[in-house]
Amino acid sequence: MEINGAKALIESLGREHADTIFGIPGGTVIPIYDELFQQNVVRHYLVRHEQAAAHAADGYARATGKVGVCLATSGPGATNLVTGIATAYMDSVPIVALTAQVPTEFIGNDAFQEANITGITLPITKHSFLVNSAEEIPQTIKEAFYIASTGRPGPVLVDIPKDAQTGTVRFEYPKRVHLPGYQPTYEGHPRQIKRAAAIIAEADRPVIYVGGGAKLSGAVEEVRILAECIAAPVAMTLMAMGTLPAEHPLSLGMLGMHGTKYANYAVTESDLIIAIGARFDDRVTGKIASFAPNAKIMHIDIDPAEIGKNVRVDVPIVGDAKRVLQKLIPLVKNTRTKAWIEKINTWKREYPLTYEESGLKPQFIVTEISRLCPDAVICTEVGQHQMWASQYFSHRDPRNFISSGGLGTMGYGFPASIGAKLGRPNEVVFDLAGDGSFTMNCQELATAVAYDVQVKVAIFNNGYLGMVRQWQEMFFDCRYSETKLSEINFVRLADAFGAHGIRVDRPSEVAPAIKEALATPKPVIMDFRIDPEECVFPMVPAGAALNEIIDTKSGRRSHK
Amino acid sequence: MKHTLSVLVQNKPGVLARTAGLFSRRGYNIESLTVGVTENEEVSRMTIVVSGDDTVVEQVTKQLNKLIEVIKVTDLTKESYVRRELVLIKVTAEGINRAEIMQLVDVFRARIVDVAPKSLIIEVTGDQGKIDALNSTLKQFGIKEIARTGTLALGRGAKVIQSSKE
Repeated sequence: MEINGAKALIESLGREHADTIFGIPGGTVIPIYDELFQQNVVRHYLVRHEQAAAHAADGYARATGKVGVCLATSGPGATNLVTGIATAYMDSVPIVALTAQVPTEFIGNDAFQEANITGITLPITKHSFLVNSAEEIPQTIKEAFYIASTGRPGPVLVDIPKDAQTGTVRFEYPKRVHLPGYQPTYEGHPRQIKRAAAIIAEADRPVIYVGGGAKLSGAVEEVRILAECIAAPVAMTLMAMGTLPAEHPLSLGMLGMHGTKYANYAVTESDLIIAIGARFDDRVTGKIASFAPNAKIMHIDIDPAEIGKNVRVDVPIVGDAKRVLQKLIPLVKNTRTKAWIEKINTWKREYPLTYEESGLKPQFIVTEISRLCPDAVICTEVGQHQMWASQYFSHRDPRNFISSGGLGTMGYGFPASIGAKLGRPNEVVFDLAGDGSFTMNCQELATAVAYDVQVKVAIFNNGYLGMVRQWQEMFFDCRYSETKLSEINFVRLADAFGAHGIRVDRPSEVAPAIKEALATPKPVIMDFRIDPEECVFPMVPAGAALNEIIDTKSGRRSHK
Repeated sequence: MKHTLSVLVQNKPGVLARTAGLFSRRGYNIESLTVGVTENEEVSRMTIVVSGDDTVVEQVTKQLNKLIEVIKVTDLTKESYVRRELVLIKVTAEGINRAEIMQLVDVFRARIVDVAPKSLIIEVTGDQGKIDALNSTLKQFGIKEIARTGTLALGRGAKVIQSSKE
């Protein structure tokens, strides 16, 4: 049967089980919207800014493990997706971004609402396609989903000119992809795995350093087994929080710039770093020359280009984390870490995460959310609140912590939480936000209300772009250049959109507010008026070694 | 140190932009890049000369391999290979100089492919050393224009770089 390209697109999405898409119509994308109107294969959610469509698709993908899909018109619609695509790229999130394009005969003519989106997104996509005709749509969609979701996941963009949408195709969904240059390595090399086991057996002070790759590969269980089997502590990146539950005795929490002191001390003094699906980002390593100076480094990653990119690696293993660990675990044995674990436990007792309990403290709010909703999906924006969310929430599952790590995109969390809630409708979903970040995509309150997506937003309102203010306080003599934000009445903002707003000024009001939010069958904004000059500690200044940690306001550096 | 990479890619629009873009955005320097279709018309070969130490070249290779349309990357520098470049040189050639230039052309086994009253175009093929030598010899007469293809290369012997990973 011959159908048009737009219908072929929707049929193809159906074959890929992409039942949820986020987007906004516009001139060149009308034929696709016309077909969306006449089908029930996919459910489309109208957002209010294309950036939110990309973030919602991303949040949906992170929460469910499926591929997220967003749709935008040509030109400004497509360029508005860019921040969301870059966010997904940096954190290896599988999304397919569909953009309409001006008809092929106008491409290159600076036509109305034309932008070379495949060119613009070249450095921030895993791959991209410019479709030439309706016939190419099924094969392209098949390949786009395949590329996005396999190997190291990432965003794929498919640009579809208007005449390809309206042209006809005899629809047949392809069974296979034709990608001769794309064959990810899943199985680790057996000899390297043996070498790894031998090195682990000789380690006295091993540290497992886990990144987001472990959850992407479904290796959460394997990481725990490895850790327990060799009695090695586990330090996690922002992307990996919850891979080992916070309460687990071997958990060191987060490492890096705002990591726990004991995680950073452990890394610095270790004699073997076992990196799993992590990329030695500068926020994690601090000054590279002083990163784990006495350690051998083992690196398991599915992306060969990550190995040896930032640090020298002694035992590289290219492969899928789950499969590699399954092969490695039966071979490992280590009975030498008793003294090491004792030392770490001493550090844990000596240097716990702490804050002063006076006034309304953000750390207290996170602790309360964690206590009342331990299984909630926590999305965050970017900044101080993000670090507090990472540090003080008792994470249990890495798929329940959704945050823009690599790109650090303010405005990410709220639309991502909408995507997460739609992907996992039976769970409680929070967006922990700063007042600065939240206003970057607060128009999505309209989306949340329109589709009754009952996300609970907790704004840590300090009236500042807080993280920048913290840096200005610590490193720029308190010159608060353009970081003071004007007052916003978030309760009335919620009200204007038809959501529910709650203002909280005192610690005693925190738990009741969270309970009220959970009991209110609506999107809710909690406006927590926190101590405006609270800082995130501990902190390793940018470019310093991991053991050069500032842990109080007075800027006292403890050096170990 | 210079490395000559032979890169087999799918012959598709945009693949050149993707490959060349990779070099600029990751901060690698390209000395030359040539591209043309291979014996299999679905596959093109790019010959890329990059300078950098071994770690840089290792990263370049890995990043190239990450591109979906890149089928195979081989560092020819690690083996024995033939390297050629074709260059056209338009040189000022008047009066007595013409004979001398023609003699030089013979010595270098180059060819004259265009003759005009005041200039000649010389075509020369060879490796970098030969071309540089001819270039500096012709300088005294006045070089008006130069066009170079960039380096082309193939590994020596019967071994081939498979265009399929399957």
